[in-house]
Amino acid sequence: MPESPPPALEVDRLLDDPRTRIIVCCGSGGVGKTTTAAALGLRAAQHGRHVVVLTVDPARRLAQSMGLSSLDNTPRLVEGTQVEAAGGSLHAMMLDMKRTFDEIVEAHADPDRAAQILANPFYQSLSSSFAGTQEYMAMEKLGQLRRADEWDLIVVDTPPSRSALDFLDAPQRLGRFLDGRLIRLLTGPTRTGGRAYLRLVTTGLSMVTGVVTKVIGVQLLRDVQTFVAAFDTMFGGFRERAEDTYRLLQAPGTAFLVIATPEPDALREASYFVERLTSDQMPLAGLIVNRVHRAAAPQLSAARSLAAAEALDTAPSPAGNGHPAGGGQTAAAGGHGRRGGRRGAASGQAATATRYPLTVTALRLHAERMQLAERERRLEEGFTAAHPGIPVAEVPAQPEDVHDLDGLRAVGGELARGVRLS
Amino acid sequence: MRDTDWEGVRLHVVTGKGGTGKTTVAGALAIALASGGRRVLLMEVEGRQGIARLFDSPPLPYTERRVAVAPATGTLPGGEVDALAADPEAALVEYLEMFYSLRHTGTAITRLGVVDFATTIAPGLRDVLLTGKAVEATRRRSGGRLRYDAVVMDAPPTGRIGKFLNVATEISGLAKVGPIRGHADTVQSVLKSPQTAVHFVTVLEEMPVQETLDGIVELRGLAQGGLQLGGIMINMVQHEVLGDEQLHAAAAGKLDEHELDLGLKAAGIEDRRGLARRLAAELAEHARESLAQQAQRARLSEVDQPRYELPLITGPMDLAGLYRLAAALRDQGAA
Repeated sequence: MPESPPPALEVDRLLDDPRTRIIVCCGSGGVGKTTTAAALGLRAAQHGRHVVVLTVDPARRLAQSMGLSSLDNTPRLVEGTQVEAAGGSLHAMMLDMKRTFDEIVEAHADPDRAAQILANPFYQSLSSSFAGTQEYMAMEKLGQLRRADEWDLIVVDTPPSRSALDFLDAPQRLGRFLDGRLIRLLTGPTRTGGRAYLRLVTTGLSMVTGVVTKVIGVQLLRDVQTFVAAFDTMFGGFRERAEDTYRLLQAPGTAFLVIATPEPDALREASYFVERLTSDQMPLAGLIVNRVHRAAAPQLSAARSLAAAEALDTAPSPAGNGHPAGGGQTAAAGGHGRRGGRRGAASGQAATATRYPLTVTALRLHAERMQLAERERRLEEGFTAAHPGIPVAEVPAQPEDVHDLDGLRAVGGELARGVRLS
Repeated sequence: MRDTDWEGVRLHVVTGKGGTGKTTVAGALAIALASGGRRVLLMEVEGRQGIARLFDSPPLPYTERRVAVAPATGTLPGGEVDALAADPEAALVEYLEMFYSLRHTGTAITRLGVVDFATTIAPGLRDVLLTGKAVEATRRRSGGRLRYDAVVMDAPPTGRIGKFLNVATEISGLAKVGPIRGHADTVQSVLKSPQTAVHFVTVLEEMPVQETLDGIVELRGLAQGGLQLGGIMINMVQHEVLGDEQLHAAAAGKLDEHELDLGLKAAGIEDRRGLARRLAAELAEHARESLAQQAQRARLSEVDQPRYELPLITGPMDLAGLYRLAAALRDQGAA
C-alpha cells in the first residue's frame, strides 16, 4: 500500500476511560449518526458506565427501540438493556427545542416577564423555527445535562444540519444576533449610544430601517421590539451561555467522532468537519466509517471471479439453445470455450446455458463486491492521505436496518472491533 | 409531443432524505425534461454547490449558466440545461431592485448584514426568496416565449420540505400585511397550482422510505390548498440476480454449497478451501439485503403515487451515469 494505514480508533478504550464525559457524533445527513450514538451509548453502559444519549431527530423505530415514544425532553431509562449486571445504566432523551428554550426563559426571567416573552409572536417563531435554534438548544441541553452531573457519559447526536458546521456556529450566531448591534439599532437607538451609533446614523440608518420595514413589515418589527425590550435582561446571559457551551466542547473530557459512509459526498463533508474541528481546537477522537462493504472471500480477486463466471457461463451448449448436456465437460475446458460461446438472444437466460447457474451468480456477485470494496478502500485512502494520523474505525454494512437493542448491540460490537481489514 | 406523467408541470420540486441522491436525480430529471429541444433550468437553494460537483464544473455564480446538453432523440433535437445556485441575499437584492428600484442598496444591505438579520427574525423570508426565484424563472419570458420550458429545483430535504413550500402560511404568522406578504402570496399561488409538482427521492432502506411516507402525508395535508404531489423516484435500485426461490433459500442460509463447489471446480479454480462457504455467505447477505429492499418497495407501493426506478450506477457518478438515469426516467414516463 502506498500510504501507511491510519491508526485504529479504539472505541472501547474511549468508552471505558472515565475521563471521557461527552461524546459528540457529527457528520452529514444519512450516514447513521443517531444509530452510532445509540450503539455507543449502549456499549458504554454494557461496560458499566452511566450513560445518557441525547438524540435530536431519530427515526421512529430506532427511537422506539430505546423506549422513546415522543418528544419528551427528560432522560428516560431504556428498558431491556441488561446492563445492570455490569453496573451500568442507559438513559435516552429526544430534544424538544421549543421547550428547552421556554425553560431558559422561565429560569432567567421573573414570572410576569417570562409570560410576556413566551406569548410574543416573534419569540414563538424564533423558538420553533429559527435556523440554528435546534443546534443551539441541542448544545444548551448538553450543557444542562453535563452540569446536572447525574451521568458519567453523555453521548450526543448532532442535528441534521444543512451545513456540517451549523451546530458549532449556531450558539454564537444566536447569541450574536440577540446581542447584536443591528437589533439594538432597530429596536431603540437610545440604548446604543456612543460613536458607533453616530457613525451608523450617518451611513444611513433611516435607509436600513426603511429596507427592513419594507421587507418584513412594520408589525413584525414592532413584535421584535417588544420582544427585545422584554428579553433585554437576558441578553448577556445568552452570550455567556453560548460561550460556556463552546468551552465545554473544547474541554479535554469531550471527544468528537466524525461519522461518514465510504461515499464521496459523505467523506468530503467528513473532511470539512475534521478541518473545522481542528481549527476550533475541538478534541477530535477519530473517524467512524459506517456501512463499509467487505467481501467474505477476499482471496478470490474480482478479475479471477469474473473470468471463472465467464468460463462457466459460456460453456458452449450447441448454438446457445440452452441445452445443459455436456456443460460440465466444456466448462472444464475453461478459456477455450470463451471465444466459441454465443451470447446472442440467449444471453439473458445465461442461467439455463450453464450447469452451474448458482456458481455463476455467486462469482458475478463476488466480483461486484470486490470492486465495491476496492472503490471504498480508495475513497478512504483519499481521506487518510489528506488527514494522516486520524484514527479510523469501520463498521460493516448491515443487511437490514437497525431498529432494536440487539441490532444496536451488534453495531456496538462492530464499532469496538472496528479495525480495518485491508 | 410525448405523453408523460407530468404534462403541464413546469416547476418540478425534488426533495428526499440526505444520502438518497436527491441532487443527482434532480440533475437527471432536468436532462430528461430537456430532451426534444427543450430548455430547462436546474436550480439549487442550499448553497452546497452540489450541481457544480455533479456536472464537474466550477462553482456556480448567481447567474444562470449552461451545464449540459440533452441528447437528441429520434427526430427531435437535443435540449439545454442551465443551472443556478440561488442564494437568498442575491435574491433579496434582486427583489428590491425589481419592485422598489432600490438599485444601490445592495452593497449597504450586504455590509450591514440586513439580509442575515431579516432572514433571522423571519425564517420564512429566506424560503420565500428562494421559492420566489424559482417561480420567477418559471414565469420568465424572453423573445415572446417562455425562457424555460421547465424548472427543476433541488429542494431542501424531506424533513424541511413542508415548511419550505408552505411559505405564505409560514410568513403570515409573522407578517400579516406588507410587501413581503404580497410576494409570498404570489409565490404560493404558483406553488399550489397544477404547474408545480413535488417529487420524492428515496432509496429502498427503512429510514428514507419512512421519511418519504411521512413527507407525503405532510404534503397531502398541505394539498388541501392545492399542492401537487409528484412521483416517488426510487434511486440506486440493484438488478436482482437471484430468482425468488433462490433468494429465500439464500437468505435462510440453505444454499447448496456442494453445488457451488462443483461449479468452482468446473471453472478451474484450484485453491477452493472454504471458498464455497464464503461465497454462500456473500449470497446470503445479498439475499437478506434484497428481501429487505423488497419489503420497503412494498411499503412504497401502498402510496398511490407514480413510482420510477433508477438503476444503481456503480463507480463515481459522471455525465454518462446521469444520462443513463435520465433515459430511465424518460422510459418510465417521468419526463
